[in-house]
Amino acid sequence: MTVAANDIVAVARADKARGYWSLVGRRLARDRVSTACALVIALIALGAVLAPWLGLADPYQGSMIRRLRPIGTAGYPLGTDELGRDMLTRLIYGGRLSLMIGLTPVALAFVIGTTLGVIAGYLGGLVNQAIMRTVDVFYAFPSVLLAIAISGALGAGIVNSLLSLTIVFIPPIVRVAESVTTSVRTLDFVDAARASGAGPLTIMRVHVLGNVLGPIFVYATSLISVCMILASGLSFLGLGTKPPEPEWGLMLNTLRTAIYLNPWVAALPGAMIFVVSIGFNLLSDGLRSAMDVRS
Amino acid sequence: MLIYVVKRLVLMLPVVLCVALVCFLLVHIAPGDPLIAVLPPDASAELAEQMKHVYGFDRPLPVQFGLWAWHALQGNLGTSIATGRPVAEEVSRAVGNTVMLAAVAATIGFALGLLFGFLAAYFRDSWIDRVVTTVAIAGVSMPHYWLGMVLVIIFSVVLGWLPAVGAGPGGSTSWAWDWAHMRFLVLPAVTLSVIPMGIVTRTVRALVGDLLTQEFVLALRAKGLAETRVFRHVAKNAAPTATAVMGLQLGYLLGGSILVETVFSWPGTGLLLNSAIFQRDLPLLQGTILVLALFFVVLNLAVDVLQAVIDPRIRRS
Repeated sequence: MTVAANDIVAVARADKARGYWSLVGRRLARDRVSTACALVIALIALGAVLAPWLGLADPYQGSMIRRLRPIGTAGYPLGTDELGRDMLTRLIYGGRLSLMIGLTPVALAFVIGTTLGVIAGYLGGLVNQAIMRTVDVFYAFPSVLLAIAISGALGAGIVNSLLSLTIVFIPPIVRVAESVTTSVRTLDFVDAARASGAGPLTIMRVHVLGNVLGPIFVYATSLISVCMILASGLSFLGLGTKPPEPEWGLMLNTLRTAIYLNPWVAALPGAMIFVVSIGFNLLSDGLRSAMDVRS
Repeated sequence: MLIYVVKRLVLMLPVVLCVALVCFLLVHIAPGDPLIAVLPPDASAELAEQMKHVYGFDRPLPVQFGLWAWHALQGNLGTSIATGRPVAEEVSRAVGNTVMLAAVAATIGFALGLLFGFLAAYFRDSWIDRVVTTVAIAGVSMPHYWLGMVLVIIFSVVLGWLPAVGAGPGGSTSWAWDWAHMRFLVLPAVTLSVIPMGIVTRTVRALVGDLLTQEFVLALRAKGLAETRVFRHVAKNAAPTATAVMGLQLGYLLGGSILVETVFSWPGTGLLLNSAIFQRDLPLLQGTILVLALFFVVLNLAVDVLQAVIDPRIRRS
């Protein structure tokens, strides 16, 4: 055997050992846009988590004589809000709640939706009909309307807005999970597993889940950006977070009255939502093409 | 074709019933007494019972649903708890404004989306494609309520060109298609058009880009067909999917304009919902959502039928 052929074998072995997901990871890392987005999101998330230890001002302590200072004031690099609180501090702290309410509903819907979708897709028949027709009912409402309707009926509060958003995101995930599972179910290896005596639970957990999780996960990541916008939107309407908690949507709402006095400070929290939302969207696009091994 | 439409109509009935059920149950998942908004805090238990009876809240749930659905069929959506006026009257006044706003926003969004999508697909991987893709991704990632605020800051506060809130000069409520009124429509319509613009661009770019690589396009070009005629073939093939996406987006505009209507104080269903939620006016909330959801269901049906008109294969399956 020549040296070159040995190399090829070695590379092939290494690829196999690292597996599909590490290949996806490496392809994603090579994509400049995705890396940049991941960095920006990681920075904002890190700032949010470490906020109390960054030596920032108190996010709740304001001062009536320092209200609505413009961007670039000494000591207040991003100005102050309508109650004289430091904007930079509140924007960094705001990431805590905003990221939490943007990610939690998608994560919950991913778990619940995948479970329901895989069950519906694998078992088929009456179970499928029962689950999928229920899902259809939710498709008769525009998603924003449904979220606002449920939140509005339940009343304002973080828990209620998380609940309403989770309900909104379950149906689309169930649909994707069901359709992927239905196409996997008829493949030979599932028949082989059944022939070797595996029960439906084992087949779903071991053989089906591993093959459907990827596409469902990519789809779920594409929902994060919508969820960020909607979650902050509920707070913006006054249905989510309550003052004085720093949260980007709510900050945008309370600063709305200040647009004639200090317009650019008032627009800052929305810019944060926009940056994070565009970051998650580009990252999701990158992940989708990185997972498409054919390309 | 007629058989197809009838079949779709029959399939729509259970959906309508379920939508009505969900809207009805909304009031009953709400915590607390639905009459809390009208009853004075020191009302006697007797008075509370009496009010409950007047609004029908003392009957068993299935009976309440049956009565509510029966009245809704006759166009009676109950009485607003906060204002005491019929819900149907309040909703029908607001729904016209919402439909108008959504239609204008959809026209802007779809026109730009189609143009950008075709451009990006025809000039794939060029600078045009990169610019269009960036604009589209910004559009779909846009917190539109924030964009509304930014547009108000630029065009109302800084430049002073357009009004910031309302739907007519001097708070007038009657609409007219003159510039004095249409000035009020510009900012909310542009704000609302950004998301459908982004989504239609992305869909059409992927769709047309895929079609252009197919062999039938190569064959059409090989036999010497003019590029404008080739375009017609491509457009026809992209039409069913593009129609479906645009129909869905129009529905989202109708139901999702609440945030933008709140920013601009546009007197539509969104503003109505907003006040219903914060005054805990549950019949009004229920009625507005029912009307919007029914609009959405009918729109979906219209899209299905339109798709079948464009693509005969859908009719036969």
